[in-house]
Amino acid sequence: MPNYYQPEIETASREEILRIQNEKIVKQVRHVYDNVKYYRDLMDKKGVKPEDIKSVDDIKKLPFISKDDLREAYPYGFLGTDIKNCVRIQSTSGTTGKRVVAFYTQHDIDLWEECCARAIVAAGGTNEDVCHVCYGYGLFTGGPGLNGGSHKVGCLTLPMSSGNTERQIQFLMDLQATILCCTPSYAAYIGEALAEKGYKPEDNKLKAGIFGAEPWTEEMRRSIEKSLGIKAYDIYGLTETSGPGVSFECSEQTGMHINEDHFYAEIIDPDTGEVLPEGSKGELVFTSLDKEAFPLLRYRTRDICILTRKKCSCGRTHVKMSKPLGRSDDMLIIRGVNVFPSQIETVLLNEGYSPNYQITVDRVNNTDTLDVDVELLPEQFSDKMGEIQHMEKSLEDAMRAMLGIKPRIHLVAPKTVVRSEGKAVRVIDKRKLHD
Amino acid sequence: MAIKQLSAFVENKPGRLLGMVRHIADAGINMRAMSIADNKDFGILRVIVSDVEGARRVLSEEALVSVTEVIAAGMSDRAGALYDILKVLADAGINIEYMYAFTASEDMGAYVVMRVNDNDLAERVLHESGIATLREEDIERI
Repeated sequence: MPNYYQPEIETASREEILRIQNEKIVKQVRHVYDNVKYYRDLMDKKGVKPEDIKSVDDIKKLPFISKDDLREAYPYGFLGTDIKNCVRIQSTSGTTGKRVVAFYTQHDIDLWEECCARAIVAAGGTNEDVCHVCYGYGLFTGGPGLNGGSHKVGCLTLPMSSGNTERQIQFLMDLQATILCCTPSYAAYIGEALAEKGYKPEDNKLKAGIFGAEPWTEEMRRSIEKSLGIKAYDIYGLTETSGPGVSFECSEQTGMHINEDHFYAEIIDPDTGEVLPEGSKGELVFTSLDKEAFPLLRYRTRDICILTRKKCSCGRTHVKMSKPLGRSDDMLIIRGVNVFPSQIETVLLNEGYSPNYQITVDRVNNTDTLDVDVELLPEQFSDKMGEIQHMEKSLEDAMRAMLGIKPRIHLVAPKTVVRSEGKAVRVIDKRKLHD
Repeated sequence: MAIKQLSAFVENKPGRLLGMVRHIADAGINMRAMSIADNKDFGILRVIVSDVEGARRVLSEEALVSVTEVIAAGMSDRAGALYDILKVLADAGINIEYMYAFTASEDMGAYVVMRVNDNDLAERVLHESGIATLREEDIERI
């Protein structure tokens, strides 16, 4: 039974979506050119005029915006309207450098929250649900986005924010939450904490989880679904375009529908910037079609994805993006081999280990080293040193088969891998310190 | 009858062992014997304690623990005593995974604790050779 929040737009014909996009992009380019000097300069430099953009087909003529541009223009350089029209800022975590500050008018907040509402309804949410939101609240977009979406759907919303796991569990159980919204690593942590308290998956009332803001694998999805007894839905977004809800999963769980009436997506070759045809793997680029305060055109996400327009069984017509297959800037090159942390996670879950790990890359005597700390599960512990050493060696061999290089595995005690309750710190690259 | 040994995973970092020993001490549990197997990253603490369930309870709050059965064979205070024990086990084809020794309180002699691949067989052949092994109830009084 398909669930839509805004059926008329979510299931609109391809022609109708294009009509909306074409109408919006012409206005949006004019809006940006007139109000954002930084981008006007980029367009002038490239010799592109607002009147050159007549439809979404012309978007490829526009210059890209990179994270470096946002840093250079920090804080107000991309503001697209007077401060008197703005009601809110949100900000990135700054994990890859200087923070990005994004601005919102009430119109921008509404469209963002509607996107989140679509995601909640797609996960089976209705006004009868109790929606437990333990993404961080504050500057981070996760909490405010899902909180707003949950209000729009009419769910009883628990604005838990992150942290204080004891309290999370108390509210989740006592108030009989039915939908959980948080990062996948925190969902896994809550699952562990519930099990530690002796709760079985069927003891909670949760039916669905909406998890995003960090990379996770299919294996991790299955493990969370099992530990909480729920269906786990992916949600994608970034502060630069609004926040979570730029795209979201439907019941088919084979990719995330991009809200195309607000965000135009392209896949480009990260090296040449050339637009690639549907089905190609490349860097995801977003153009905001109707945001007022922070209207980014052709923003390079650094997420490596594939887009598909294959018909979806849920009835939605909006284009689907794959889960990010890696980040063009998070990709590690170790001894010349490309390594994505998600590959390491896949091996761990396939081999029956916990998804709690930390990768450390260093350079010793001009040779790259790759070390992975992995938490032992209680049932994996043995009083025989030989058995534990054998486990480490088998895991090293499995990693080598997947990655092409052999890491050194260190089995560690449970709960010793650092996990922030927002984003898990997966990779420490010490090589940067030496350069 | 074999005796119970408590094992715990200890990361090779300052203060980790201290924390575990403090938990055991706070619970008023006496350690009869201990050994640590070590490698670069971690160690395995193995102890024989006066209250194995109590020790398991306090340690499992912050460490990986397991309880396994081991053999504690009595050794007389003379040259060749360990040789006699090992000879009996070797002749019976029993493999020893690891071992450590301790001295009990006055008049109770010394013991060698062994993790073997067949506890029942090990005890039988030791007893047949006149070598005593500790029972769980002996731990309280040694």
